Amino acid sequence: MIAYFSDIYHGLISLLVGMGITFREFIKPPVTVAYPYETLTMCARYRGHIELLADDEGNPNCVVCGLCERACPSECISITSVKPEGSKKKVLTGYTLDFTRCSLCGSCVESCNFSAIAFSREYNLASSRKEDFHIDLFKRLEEKKR
Amino acid sequence: MSLTLLNVIAAVVIAVGFAALNAAYLVWAERRGAARIQRRPGPNINGPLGLLQPPLDGIKLMAKQLTIPGGADRALFIAAPVLAMFPAIMSFVTIPFSETIVARNMNVGVLMIFAFAAMGSMSLLFAGWSSRNKYAMMSSIRAVSQAVAYEIPMLITTITVVMISGSMDLMEIVRQQSGSILHWNIFPIFGNSHNLLMPFSFLIFFTCTLAETNRAPFDLGEAESELVAGFHTEYGSMGFGLFFMGEYANIVIGACLTTILFLGGWNCPFGLFPGVWWFLLKIYLLIATFIWIRWTFPRTTIYGLLNLSWKILIPLSLFNLLFTAGLLKVF
Repeated sequence: MIAYFSDIYHGLISLLVGMGITFREFIKPPVTVAYPYETLTMCARYRGHIELLADDEGNPNCVVCGLCERACPSECISITSVKPEGSKKKVLTGYTLDFTRCSLCGSCVESCNFSAIAFSREYNLASSRKEDFHIDLFKRLEEKKR
Repeated sequence: MSLTLLNVIAAVVIAVGFAALNAAYLVWAERRGAARIQRRPGPNINGPLGLLQPPLDGIKLMAKQLTIPGGADRALFIAAPVLAMFPAIMSFVTIPFSETIVARNMNVGVLMIFAFAAMGSMSLLFAGWSSRNKYAMMSSIRAVSQAVAYEIPMLITTITVVMISGSMDLMEIVRQQSGSILHWNIFPIFGNSHNLLMPFSFLIFFTCTLAETNRAPFDLGEAESELVAGFHTEYGSMGFGLFFMGEYANIVIGACLTTILFLGGWNCPFGLFPGVWWFLLKIYLLIATFIWIRWTFPRTTIYGLLNLSWKILIPLSLFNLLFTAGLLKVF
């Protein structure tokens, strides 16, 4: 008989404790971010798809050594270049990333000795078309220069 | 005031409007409250503070097609949502909002409200039976066993109050609690009852109201994890909308009844600004508690639900009834 009443009593107390907890949460401000209207700044070590880096004049740092192309285990990267007459260095003319196969392993960034590529902070990547993920990084750099 | 046709139409429009507006905006309040408890903003896009969300939801529901599953009992299937809404609106007829604001006061008001409340579980049974869906069927069986189990302690507790006031007239019950906050039926010592157990009666009645209106944590009838959506699994469009509105209208009725029986109706606590707003304040505080409880406690099991009623609420309310009867004889 005592157990019966103490069960009821302790049950009631535990219900009130629970209600106290939700009341305290009720008066606190929301913690969520209303995504399309506000966004968080991405953290510094976020791994987005890779991006070409430029020097101060806006020309790509890339010297077309091809190390990233060879380091990539999924063969995502394809580079095209020309060698102007009388010049010793190659000049980059195209850098395409096939993001459909990239696993963001970072071997390309690691292999680059000229700090020509880095991870971007891009995360709004949604599309219904596969072609949208064959990203022309050279064109992106040109657009950024303008 | 003579009872002309115009008066009747106006009264019906006001009653339906009150029920519908409450149903619509309680959904909004519920979603906002739930969001605050879970520390997110809730619906805030449509209109200021998301206040246009309920009408837009209503338009969406009305624009949808009402599909009737093959093999369903068509007549019952269509009648069930109407039957869910109708007792809720009927009960508003006799609920007094203040000394003057009452559609039709009758001397068996309590009885009438309980009679219509009992019809509510019939609509759930119709919905579950007619949709020819095993989940809907199981859910309606649960809902009916739950309604039966919780109507007993609720009625016994109501009888306790009716014994104290000696009347089934809702206005008379409120009038007997007037004068002071201490005369309210929930407070034991100075009230009409001198019954120390009155706060527990209030608690029993409140718990039963939660269960009778199929609210969490007693919403076994619509346990999504086990029964898809419960008795309204097969309902879409405004059929579902009517069930939803009926549920919220029932919540308002439950809060009104609790206020009238225990919290002194429209009586103001310290003689401050007497009027209908005290009644509204009390019912909306109770409804806020309903919402608060819903988002605090997880759903019980069907065994827990029935155990609570048969092993705890019914014995306690029976004891309370006997105790009150004894006290009334002594004093």
